[in-house]
Amino acid sequence: MAPYQNIFTQVQLRTPHGEPGVHAPGDIYRRLGKPGFNYWLGKLGDAQIGPIYMGALGWASLFCGIIAIEIIGLNMWASVGWDPVEFIRQLPWLALEPPSPQYGLSFPPMAEGGWWLLAGFFLTASILLWWLRVYRRSVDLGMGTHVAWGFAAAIWLYLVLGFFRPILMGSWSEAVPFGIFPHLDWTAAFSIKYGNLFYNPFHALSIVVLYGSTLLFAMHAGTILACSRLGADREVEQIVDRGTASERAGLFWRWTMGFCATMESIHRWAWWFAALTAITGGIGILITGTLVDNWFLWAVEHDYAPSYPNVLAPAPDPAAAATATQGAAQ
Amino acid sequence: MTFRFGYTEAAVLVVSVFLVLAIVFLPGYDRPPIETVQNGFRGTAMAQIYNPRTVAATYAENQVPEIEGLPPLITAGPTAADSYQNVQVLGDLSTAQFLRLMTAITAWVSPEQGCNYCHDAQAGFADDSVYAKRVSRWMIQMTRTINNEWTDHVATGVSCYTCHRGNNVPEYVWYDDPTLADTMGMAGYRAGQNRPADAPLLASLPADPFGAHLSVVGDNDIRVQSLTALPTGNNPATIQDTELTYSLMMHMSGALGVNCTYCHNSQNWSSWAESTPQRTTAWYGIQMVKSLNSLYIVPSAVALPAHRLGPSGDPAKVNCATCHQGVYKPLFGANMTEDWPSLTAANTTTRETLLPGLGDVDASMQIGAEMKSARATPATDDAASEDAAEPAATPSETAPADDSAAPADAAPAADEAVPADDAAAPSDAAPAETAPANAAPDDSAAADTTTDTAAAPATEATDETEPATATPEADAAPADATPADNAEADTTTDTATAPATEATDETPSAAPAEDTAAETPATDSAAAPATEAADEAPPPAEAEADSATDAQPAADTADAAPPADDTDADATETTTSN
Repeated sequence: MAPYQNIFTQVQLRTPHGEPGVHAPGDIYRRLGKPGFNYWLGKLGDAQIGPIYMGALGWASLFCGIIAIEIIGLNMWASVGWDPVEFIRQLPWLALEPPSPQYGLSFPPMAEGGWWLLAGFFLTASILLWWLRVYRRSVDLGMGTHVAWGFAAAIWLYLVLGFFRPILMGSWSEAVPFGIFPHLDWTAAFSIKYGNLFYNPFHALSIVVLYGSTLLFAMHAGTILACSRLGADREVEQIVDRGTASERAGLFWRWTMGFCATMESIHRWAWWFAALTAITGGIGILITGTLVDNWFLWAVEHDYAPSYPNVLAPAPDPAAAATATQGAAQ
Repeated sequence: MTFRFGYTEAAVLVVSVFLVLAIVFLPGYDRPPIETVQNGFRGTAMAQIYNPRTVAATYAENQVPEIEGLPPLITAGPTAADSYQNVQVLGDLSTAQFLRLMTAITAWVSPEQGCNYCHDAQAGFADDSVYAKRVSRWMIQMTRTINNEWTDHVATGVSCYTCHRGNNVPEYVWYDDPTLADTMGMAGYRAGQNRPADAPLLASLPADPFGAHLSVVGDNDIRVQSLTALPTGNNPATIQDTELTYSLMMHMSGALGVNCTYCHNSQNWSSWAESTPQRTTAWYGIQMVKSLNSLYIVPSAVALPAHRLGPSGDPAKVNCATCHQGVYKPLFGANMTEDWPSLTAANTTTRETLLPGLGDVDASMQIGAEMKSARATPATDDAASEDAAEPAATPSETAPADDSAAPADAAPAADEAVPADDAAAPSDAAPAETAPANAAPDDSAAADTTTDTAAAPATEATDETEPATATPEADAAPADATPADNAEADTTTDTATAPATEATDETPSAAPAEDTAAETPATDSAAAPATEAADEAPPPAEAEADSATDAQPAADTADAAPPADDTDADATETTTSN
């Protein structure tokens, strides 16, 4: 039985050769690295590092990921004339931009978006290979594949943003740039362009479950930590042999709000809230610009947007008078 | 367990201190207090945010200085054309008025170089050999054009000082920046953005929104949102277009020192029905800047020496900051029309006659490399005399656009000019408690001849009233340029442009002098903060407000809990999977 530790474990268990772990079927690759220990990591989790299982999928994913990061990073560096100081200084502003609108879905010149497509390809390949790896490790260890499908929900949102929606819109230029500030500016511009994403109901659903995730996370973590002194951190054992800690945790919520989750259901709640954040968010992005062009106007048509009293004098659109004004100016 | 200050605690402490310092010293961090002035219906985030310290500093920096030795305004007597030779633009002014304006222009534009900035002392005042004199004629004509034809944007008039502020070239200008163009090598495509640029206030948005949106008359693709809920295929705007517009809007926000909600309701950016009257004013401002750059600034390249041109061979062009300089109204709405009638007179000359070599106007509206060849010949002649006259100014003026916001040599001149105003400013000590804001929607309703009047700054510190939307008509004196429209105004035409402070007993007012400003405009009423009691001013929209909130669905929490049976721990069989 593996020694059980959590963040509050004051004792860091160390053995001469580390904990080897169970043998898994399909474990055809040797696990890499000799186990080591780190005191500071032991404060956050298990102090033991390694061995790690890479396998063909792991190596392939790592390879593709490095290619993608290299393409992105070198393009950023090139954009400041290969100046290492400026690269560091401007790093939050730098980006690898998608192709210009003029190129549509064609393959543009490398310098004008071709690198973006290539980086996107390798990053996607890396992510999908990593997903496969997560799935395979789960199966080999005799686990369920919940982690893999949760990861898939996030991949769905990623693919919608950079692949599915640009294809539906007929232009790679609709996709997100690779960059720290630039992708945030893209997000704001995206919302503005399509009439305020706030009124996109799937965006709203995504936010509901996103905030719900944080609420559930806080409630669950608080509950378990509160009963940790009674052994509630040993969740697996508590599921099998309900003890005073888990029972107390359930009682607490039943007494507080008349209803309590079970040791299993709380994790199903949490999983679905987390997954639905990306699933509904991806739907919301996918139908923006493809099915709906202006979310505020859509919301008005469906009695979804509130209207406020017009307390200001109306601001007439002066564009109609533009010709006269400009004529006078000239 | 006793507390022990070990490595972990030390690490946490160091990280915490670092984070706090990072926040405090982050660019853009503003130490409290922060005052919020509501300028729209509650719940819509329509508000302007001000720091009284910043407002006080901005207020002090944006005052019209008194000009030493300025002659009185006398319109009678022989005309300048009678008294002097070669007076092309101002010939119909009286000689006294002409000299008064010349004195002022010297103080506004070339306080260091004096008359010699435009005039060659040896060749005589009638001589036209100095480029600055030839260009100044055009600039005077441009000023008159603004004051006569752009009253939809400029209600109080502009003078040379509105932009120049004691500098040969206004501090806030822009050039075409060739370094923004992508070189299209193997990699490193930036799409004109993704750098810490000044225009979008250091966002990674497009670094130059001016070339696209403030250069050429008629370009109207600033609007990016669809006007229909569903796609029709009629909106060609892209995300990139949106970012360009966004960048320009950020520039406007910074140039005017206001939030987005000064003009827009963020619920629906494009809707004019939900926008404030200021948006209409701003729209005319954009058209005006396009027109000025196209018709006056860019064509002037033919007369400018090389050191006055940017790296692309273009002159220093106008954007919102050129006049506004961080203030919602340039110089807090100081009325230039009254003091300088010579600058509001109709133009009696045409642009073409003033600058020989101008050529076809339409062709000159094209900004860019063409301008280099156009100005090549005249530039060499002027270079010698100019370099002698203003050696100090040359290096700073040739700096690229990114650096132009930081004046090197021009600053001392501005510093000298500003303190002259200190004598008048202290009586208006209000800025410490005064936040400019869009105060008075009523103003524009009452005075439909101008959309500028609603922009009076106001601070309301009372809790009970809806700020800004509640402004009574007492201060609604329209700040229209023409006196004829002021029938309902109190005594001066300036009161509506004055920053208004609505102080209640909760607000310690730093400026007792303000209290009388609203009813009895003081001598310096052009900038006098007006105070009015907000207590008996119910918000006009309150009735509608209540009915609006009634429509909201009641919170329904009664059925939130699932059946209690499921919660019975004893009856729950747990299933596990290994």
